[in-house]
Amino acid sequence: MNERRKKAIVSVIGKDQVGIIAKVTNVLANRNINILDISQTILQGYFTMMMVIDVTNLKDLESLQQELNELGKSIGVVITVQREEIFQAMHRV
Amino acid sequence: MNFEIQEMLETIRMVRTENLDIRTVTMGINLRDCADSDFDKMKQKIYDKITHYAKDLKPVAEKVAKEYGIPIINKRIAVTPIADLLGNATKEQAVELAKTLDRAALVLGIDFIGGFSALVHKGIAKGDQVLFDALPEALASTERVCASVSVGTTKAGINMDAVRQLGEIIKETAERTKDQSGLGCAKLVVFCNPVEDNPFMAGAFLGSGEGEVVLNVGVSGPGVVLNALKRYPDADLGEVAEIIKKTAFKITRAGELIGREVAKRLGVPFGIMDLSLAPTNAMNDSVAEILEEIGLERVGTHGTIAALALMNDAVKKGGAMASSYVGGLSGAFIPVSEDNGMIRGIEEGALSLSKLEAMTCVCSVGLDMIAITGDAPASTISAMIADEAAIGMINKKTTAVRVIPVPGAKEGDMVEFGGLLGRAPVIGVNPFSSEKLIRRGGHIPAPLQALGN
Repeated sequence: MNERRKKAIVSVIGKDQVGIIAKVTNVLANRNINILDISQTILQGYFTMMMVIDVTNLKDLESLQQELNELGKSIGVVITVQREEIFQAMHRV
Repeated sequence: MNFEIQEMLETIRMVRTENLDIRTVTMGINLRDCADSDFDKMKQKIYDKITHYAKDLKPVAEKVAKEYGIPIINKRIAVTPIADLLGNATKEQAVELAKTLDRAALVLGIDFIGGFSALVHKGIAKGDQVLFDALPEALASTERVCASVSVGTTKAGINMDAVRQLGEIIKETAERTKDQSGLGCAKLVVFCNPVEDNPFMAGAFLGSGEGEVVLNVGVSGPGVVLNALKRYPDADLGEVAEIIKKTAFKITRAGELIGREVAKRLGVPFGIMDLSLAPTNAMNDSVAEILEEIGLERVGTHGTIAALALMNDAVKKGGAMASSYVGGLSGAFIPVSEDNGMIRGIEEGALSLSKLEAMTCVCSVGLDMIAITGDAPASTISAMIADEAAIGMINKKTTAVRVIPVPGAKEGDMVEFGGLLGRAPVIGVNPFSSEKLIRRGGHIPAPLQALGN
């Protein structure tokens, strides 16, 4: 159990524009965070992206949240980072 | 990917726009080992024990909330009923102890600490009487201390001598806090069939069957249920129940995950999940509006009880499927001052005190956060308590009374309590007297329902 990977979900919702994925992945790469899965779509005109990232070795989720929040504000999208278990609990039995 | 984008969006939407939150993580702390014949020593032990166990409650809860992206609104503490420790104390000492609890809460950054309580459903012991005598002053001179009293149970019947005293205590508390519209009374709950693991204030205390320390969690989400129903305006009532059930399931799962994580990081056992739909004054976070969405023009009209019964039961079914550790009150709360829809119902004349009483037959708790006219006699308040206790006793459920006789207020006035406690339109009480019933005193015997063995 303890050796299982810890995952978090990054969600990006907002107006579509050039370079959103690049900017977000850049932040992750700088922190040496691996992206496990990525999926994007346009929902009702909004750019919607979900990323599963590996946070097993990440000590400080909060500072990542902060950096991505700020990035989100600067490019006009909403970025959230949440531990994956919350989605597991709510949507899987 | 393990999840559909739609599922992820649903979780995010529930938090961001529908007010899904963990309403409270409440740490129960047993104080019985703090008993000491030297009052000052006892006081110190109590302060030390609370501030030791709960020192990380607030920071840990806040960190977990951030990581999982679900807000935890309140961090609270519930302790052993204080009357159990007051057998040798004086009234002044009891007040001092309330102030000690208040200080501990302040230091920990906790908004409410519950357990200034007595269980007197069968009889009033020395410590209980000391607590009764101290209650008005204790509630008037502290900010964060919540009190509760058990006056009846299905097994024991109703202690009408205690009910009589509480009418007077409520009046005196209101009088002592009249410059705040009787706010002291908002921190006192009178119960029939109280539960020992309730995480919600003001009625939380750590029952005698509980362990040394435990973390109980209260989740909520009227806004989430309301929005789910709005997506199906034409569903029949069976489908409505199904939608509420599914929503309650998801809310409960999220709550249990977070509650267990907080408990784990604090190194204390996880107790129960209390899945109660508890409204707030936030926009669309109203239980009354759910009932109206089900199909009432205004809450309080004919059909209100049916809609509430359906909702309350569906919430329980969803919660029970989601977690094996559902406890506390688990149902729906209908506090008037904290629910914009209830307030509107009263203002527009759709909702009355009698209808509120009837509603308490089919949902958790009872007459909650109701402002009544300041000239209501103590015996009338006692009689209201007796009525609610009788409903609870006969129906084997928890009922409670938290009413505020607002000094100087007339029917139709609006009083502001501020913050979480909200605002309430003042309701008039029945002008006919119940004095003789209350003056008789004694004990209403346990009902036939008590003989289940």
